[in-house]
Formats: sequence, structure tokens, C-alpha cells
Amino acid sequence: MNPEKTRIKEVPLLDVRNLETAFDIDGTDYNAVDDVSFQVKPRQIVGIVGESGCGKSVMSLSIMQLLPKGIGKVKSGQIVFDGINLEKMSESQINKLRGNDVSMIFQEPMTSLNPVFTIGYQLQEVFFNHTIISRRNARLRSIALLKSVGISRPEKIVDEYPHQLSGGMRQRVMIAIAIACQPKLLIADEPTTALDVTVQAQILELLKGIQEVNDMSIILITHDLGVVAEMCDEVIVMYAGKIVERTDVDRLFHNPKHPYTTLLLGAIPKMDEQEDRLNSIQGIVPSLINMPQVGCRFANRCPKAMPECTTITPLLENVEQGHEVACLLFDTSKPKEEMR
Amino acid sequence: MLKYAFRRILGMIPMLFLTSIVVFSLAKLMPGDSLSGEIDPRNTDPKYIADMREKLGYNDPLPQQYFHWIGNFVQGDFGKSTRFKIPAAEVIGERIPNTLLLGLSSILITYILAFLMGSYSGRKPYTLGDNIIGGLNYLGLSIPSFVAGVFAIFLFSFTLGWFPSNGSIDIGVTEGTLDYWLSRLHHVFLPAVVLGLLSTASYTQFLRNDIIENSRKDFVRTARAKGTPERKIYNVHILRNSMIPLITFLGFDLVAIISGAIITETIFTYPGLGQLFLDSVGTRDYPVLMTLTMLFSFLTLIGNLVADVFYGIVDPRIRLE
Repeated sequence: MNPEKTRIKEVPLLDVRNLETAFDIDGTDYNAVDDVSFQVKPRQIVGIVGESGCGKSVMSLSIMQLLPKGIGKVKSGQIVFDGINLEKMSESQINKLRGNDVSMIFQEPMTSLNPVFTIGYQLQEVFFNHTIISRRNARLRSIALLKSVGISRPEKIVDEYPHQLSGGMRQRVMIAIAIACQPKLLIADEPTTALDVTVQAQILELLKGIQEVNDMSIILITHDLGVVAEMCDEVIVMYAGKIVERTDVDRLFHNPKHPYTTLLLGAIPKMDEQEDRLNSIQGIVPSLINMPQVGCRFANRCPKAMPECTTITPLLENVEQGHEVACLLFDTSKPKEEMR
Repeated sequence: MLKYAFRRILGMIPMLFLTSIVVFSLAKLMPGDSLSGEIDPRNTDPKYIADMREKLGYNDPLPQQYFHWIGNFVQGDFGKSTRFKIPAAEVIGERIPNTLLLGLSSILITYILAFLMGSYSGRKPYTLGDNIIGGLNYLGLSIPSFVAGVFAIFLFSFTLGWFPSNGSIDIGVTEGTLDYWLSRLHHVFLPAVVLGLLSTASYTQFLRNDIIENSRKDFVRTARAKGTPERKIYNVHILRNSMIPLITFLGFDLVAIISGAIITETIFTYPGLGQLFLDSVGTRDYPVLMTLTMLFSFLTLIGNLVADVFYGIVDPRIRLE
């Protein structure tokens, strides 16, 4: 094992157990996240990968308790953060954690900041929410924070409005807001998707640098496997609301098991090969309403599908130490109980 | 900002000039003149009327009449009221305090109610409270002011006797005393409430819908992720954004405060500018009528300017240069 791994303590910082998050569509609940369990250890960077609509963002919003009210809700399961069950907490207790111990960066830096308040105001708000601090000190600290996320002229930017900044700058401001109180866990929901490639690399480098300095854990949600390879210790591959594979980053790239993971890796264009067409996975993720309730959800797109794939629901099981896959191809105990 | 405001004010001059042509033409297009409105033709010598027309310049070519009027107008001579026989400016000046009192109090009622109801409805949409507020608002929106005014007079003045049904002041109170001001407030209350309640609807629904829309924005999610309390999210983050479209109304309101409410003032026989306007039409008191119309046009332009300046203050994305 590489030395990076041995550094990581075994007590999980975040323990998600059998999480089910449902959306209410015309009076019926549809699970966007279905029976998902995983752990994030201190200082670990966990990547969550999957196509659009596979439940990555919904899961992260569930952890933050930020699901749209009245539409989405956590139906069952537990989210234990630092020994506290988030599902049992009141709104005001959650507010004490949000921005302080757990924080989040969103996909859209262009719309994630309030257009009518200055950068300084929006940054200082985190301090005022969680600490007792004078206005002067809050201002000084926010200038220092802006500097630490690589914004030049922070004394000036602090008094500017979001529309005066570029996308990359805004995402840096979002990161500054997220790390202001030195959280233990940072959830980054596609933090670089809306940015251009050179800025993407800078933002990722910045995140990694902060993670090392602040000793925090990161859940990095992305659909970019290149980002995963560069950043993550562990990778979770999700498909249609379920985890299909989970392992460390080396094994994912060198020994992927689940056919979906294999196809995802195959879809990365290779620089050294001449290809006329880009590889893609046929079909689309089934919509929430048409989700197959029995069998593997990937079966209809899977090139290796067997007849029993549509009748038996595969469970996430260890194929080797630290490598879990939910696929009948790797099923060791043949007779499977059906989920529903 | 100052430079911007100054440029806009300069830009008003040609606008007002064009307005004056329209105002003058409309006045001249109206059938009759002050002589036919005021004088009973049966007991006056027709020759005398014809002479007076000639003397007052009513028979001059229209452009000449226009330049005569506008020439005096820009020098501050707004003409003499043909009905009251005193300068039009004085007639209007006398009515302005009444109208201001009515306008300000009704708008205060509107703003306070709309703010309270709109914020509540926006925060708790599709609940029983929101539906009740919405229902009341549409009721208010669909009742014409002449119906509401007459009903209010019937109920609160005649049946219950709580408020006076007309005028702006009791007879016999001395100006400047506490009784004087109380009497004025007593008189203005009923028309102000009628006027204020009826215009609450659009403000409330606008504010409500804007709060609902803004509460779904990404920046609200960011605020929540920062651990900002729900109360502060609504009162600071959302409200500040939801106020921007309402500023458009503010510009109109500035005019509404001065121009008064023609129908409501007439029903309550409240001596404000609205009533004066209507009376001037009836008596063909063109100097007063044209001065009032020019005043309202000017205020509309100023109202728009104030709204634009306010946009720049509330919304940093709008820069005035």
C-alpha cells in the first residue's frame, strides 16, 4: 500500500448508511438515491463518478440537508457525521454545522453568489453565522481568505459584486466561503464543470492544496475521470441512484470490474490512438419514473448482460479486499435474494 | 450618478415640449370653452360673449394661441383660472397639501400591508394563509373604487357614524392646533383606506411571486450551505432581490401621490387635485387643466428618473453612467 493510505485513520468522518432519497412526483415517491452506503475517512478525498442523473448531486444535497423542501426528502437511512446523526437534528442544529464543519461548493459559480451583495459581505456572513467576531476582523480575515484562494488584489475584490468577477474567480470565492471556518468535510459538486480547462486545473490544484493544509476530507462529485485520477484516494461509481463499484483510485483505473466502469473508462478519448469516433455508452440512464425495480439497472445498456440480470438485483459485495462491485458477473454466492 | 441624473433632467426638456403640444391640442379639441361652460347663454348678450372670445384670444390661429400659452408657461405664468379668477398656480397650490396627505397615507397603507402579506405569502406559498391573502387580494383588485367608496361611506359614515363622509376638515377648528390635525386625519382616513386597500393586491402578488422565484435560486442554496438562518435568508438575501422589480411601481407612485385619485376624491368630495382636475374639465377651466396635466407629465418623468436611480442603488448590476 502506498504511504498516502496508511496515513488515513480508520474511524470514518462521514458514514452514510442505506441512504434513500426520494422525490415526490405527482404524489408518488421516486428514489433518486437508492440504498447507498459509504464512508469518508478523515483527510480522504472520495470521488463520486457517474453520468448526469445518476443521483450524485442529490446524494450530496442529502448530506447537506439541502434538498428542495416539499419535493425531495430522505426516506430512510442514516447520515452520521463525526458521530452525529444528521437526520435527527433540527434545522438550527444543522445550521450550526453547515458552513462550519461541513460545507459545499456548487457546480454553477455564475449563479451561486447573491448578485446584490458584495463578495466581502457574503464571505463575512459565514463568520457571523458561526463565530463571534468584530466587523473589522471579519473583513481582515475575508481579505486573507481571498488571498489564500489565489485572488489577486483581495482588498479591492472584497468590495466588488459577483457580476464584476469571472467564473473562475467566483468559484474561488465560493471555495473561500466554503473553507472559511476550516470545515472537516468539503463537498464539491462538480466544482470545475462550468469552467474552462485551464481554470479547471487551477481550481483542482487549489482544492488539493487546501485539503493538505487544512487536513479536511473532500467528497468530489464529478463526471470527469481525469479529475478523479488526479485528485481522489477512493472512487465510488454510481449508476441510476445506486453504487455499482467502489475501490481505490489505482484499482479503478487498472482493474475495473463493473461493465459500466469499464465502459466509462473506455469513453475517455485517448491521445495516442487515432479514433474516428469517440466511444460512448449506448442508451441513457433510465428516468426516475421508469426505473426498473428488479434486476440490475444497467442491464439494458450492458454489453455483458445475462438473462438473470433483469430478474436478480445484484448487491454491492467485496470481490477482493477494498474493492466492492454490484454485478452478477462477480457474484460469488449464486442464489441471490431479491430486493423487492 | 449626479451626472446621470442631470443628463436625464436635460433630456426631459424636449419630452415636456412635445407633451405641451399634446396637452394643448387635446384641450383645444374639447368642445366648448370657458365662456360656454360658465355663462348661461340665455341671459347674456351673445355679442358680449363673442367680444370676450375675441378679447381673450380664443379666435386667434391655434399656433399663435399655443405660443402665447407656452411662452407664459415657461416664464412661470400658468394663466388665470377662468372659474376662480385667481392664478392657476394658486388654485393648484391650495389643493396640494390635501392631496399629499391622502396620497401619502394611502400609499403607506398599501406598502405596509403589501409588505406584510407579500412576505408571508412568499415564504409560505400554497398554504391556507397564502390562499386567504390571495383571495382577498383578487377581491380587492376586482372591486372598483367607486363601489368600495360608496360602500365605505354607507357603512362607516351613515350607518356607524365613525368617519365623516366628505370634506377634508371640520368647520370651525383653528389651523395649527392638535384638533386641526386630528380632524384632518379623521377626514382622510376613510378615503385613504379605500384607496390603499384596493391597490394592495398587485404589490402583494408581485412581492409574493418574486420571493417564491428567488427562493429557488442557487444563491439561496449557497446561503443555506453557509449555515445562514432561514429568517435571515428571507429577510436579507431574498428580500433585497425581490425589491428590485417593485421599484418600477415606486416611480408610478410618486405621480399617484400628487395626482390624487380622481374617483375616490370625487366620491368623498375630498378637495384634492383629482377632484380639481375633474371639476376643471366640467367647467372648461383650461388654464388649471393644462397646468395640472403638465404637472402630472413632469412628475411622471421625474418618477421614472427616481425609479432608475433607485435601481442603480438597489441592484449593483445596473450602473448609471
